[in-house]
Amino acid sequence: MDGSLLMLIYVFVLAMFVGFELITKVPPTLHTPLMSGSNAISGITIVGALISAGLEQFTISTILGLIAVIFATINVVGGFLVTDRMLKMFKKK
Amino acid sequence: MDTLIKIAYLVASTFFIFGIKFLASPKTARRGNLFSAIGMLIAIVVTLFDKHVLTFEWIIIGLIVGSVVGTIMAIKVPMTGMPQMVGLLNGFGGGASMLVALSEYYKIHLGTVKGLSFNTELTITIALSILIGAVTFTGSLIAFGKLQGIVTGKVVKYPGQHPLNLFLLILVVAGSIYFALNPELEWLILTVSGISLVLGVLLVLPIGGADMPVAISLLNSYSGLAAASTGFVLQNEQLIVAGALVGASGIILTNIMCKGMNRSLMNVVLGGWESAGSSGPATTTIKGNVKAVEAEELAMLFDAAENIIIVPGYGMAVAQAQHAVRDLFNILEAKGKNVRFAIHPVAGRMPGHMNVLLAEAQVPYDKLYAMEDINDDFPNTDIAFVIGANDVVNPAARHDKNSPIYGMPILNVDYAKTVVINKRSLNVGYAGIENELFFYPNALMYFGDAKEAVNKLVHELKNL
Repeated sequence: MDGSLLMLIYVFVLAMFVGFELITKVPPTLHTPLMSGSNAISGITIVGALISAGLEQFTISTILGLIAVIFATINVVGGFLVTDRMLKMFKKK
Repeated sequence: MDTLIKIAYLVASTFFIFGIKFLASPKTARRGNLFSAIGMLIAIVVTLFDKHVLTFEWIIIGLIVGSVVGTIMAIKVPMTGMPQMVGLLNGFGGGASMLVALSEYYKIHLGTVKGLSFNTELTITIALSILIGAVTFTGSLIAFGKLQGIVTGKVVKYPGQHPLNLFLLILVVAGSIYFALNPELEWLILTVSGISLVLGVLLVLPIGGADMPVAISLLNSYSGLAAASTGFVLQNEQLIVAGALVGASGIILTNIMCKGMNRSLMNVVLGGWESAGSSGPATTTIKGNVKAVEAEELAMLFDAAENIIIVPGYGMAVAQAQHAVRDLFNILEAKGKNVRFAIHPVAGRMPGHMNVLLAEAQVPYDKLYAMEDINDDFPNTDIAFVIGANDVVNPAARHDKNSPIYGMPILNVDYAKTVVINKRSLNVGYAGIENELFFYPNALMYFGDAKEAVNKLVHELKNL
């Protein structure tokens, strides 16, 4: 195992801790928007999809990348919009 | 340029972290969501400057198609359809992760990009990414199908179920390890992908409707872990950070849902309450008289009450009764009553389901109380009004050691002076067990479809 993989695992573990700290503070009333919003964040795979779909040569990688871009974009756009639609409704007296 | 891109990814990650932080209060939550969206936009834009991104036509087509579909879905979905929507979006995220990992494999396998070669670390992460992504993809599609009513919402059991799943899992793991050492075997990684897709179907199929909050939370967590594992494939810190945040979120929600049912994750994943499914609907075992009440009499009861707690359940969502419930809330408040809502953690089909429906109907969120914040108030309550909930108010969970739901935390509605239960019939709930609450001396049954029944009650209250 070289240093770079270890460094990535490092980042992963620390980010998990940050996630646990932040999310335990989200009240139950916002659990659905939390899910749809964090779900939109998991559409970050779009970064990898863009690199695959933008290769110089057109190969099977490009096709897989294109479908991945479509999937991830649905995830990102749909997720953030629907979360906003929900959060708009939460009003106090 | 590479350094600039990495710095931009760090900025995007910071936006995600603050985005989630602002979700800690309904007041700032909308701004938080905007922050996360800005973070995503930054990540997408800087990626277009990556040195490997050389052609843009497919990217543009993909972005346009995805944006149009995503926007239409987000605008069209009714609030009652939100669990399906979340399930479906999880699936798209997982599917994208699987495809990116496969694409990365072919890049190296076909030599599309010069200077790349396989090493064991890379092939292990590719296999892992495909496994998690594929299970998330098909698992979420099945969850969507169950919530949409396309796939049966019942607990599905068949002989040899667990051995079969275990066998497939071993097959996938063994195949992945062999592939990691022999990355030139294209057929092997495709087989691993195929079995992973099947595994996703088989793992979610047995999970029954009322266990969906757990399944959806778990798939939410998987979609984050899938993104993180793709981050390991691409050696991209941005994917790892964002994926880990989402993974953590899903794990916490899964844990809360499991606690809300007093069940282990294993028990839910393996499918259903012990008594459910196989034995069919239970026969009436508790003897006693059920007192039914009509709208007119009930209106008078409500008129005389001071403290009222409304307990909504999945039945309210099915009947789309949230607006009728809001009308009831408004008229009771106008009469000077103290009206609050008690929300069980697993009420509905996903975490926070009831809260979203009531928010849609414009019930102020500060009137919605979590179970632990309101459960001690039931003894001082004149009327507890249960609308479409059953197992989460069954007192057997407190005292009957033989009950399958024994130990599950419940809302103590039976401690109220009067508990009114709106149901369509005396049928058993999801757990397939009789609810002794219906036979309690302080219990009144108010039969009918939730929407019609509550509307009738509101009408009678207006006529008083």
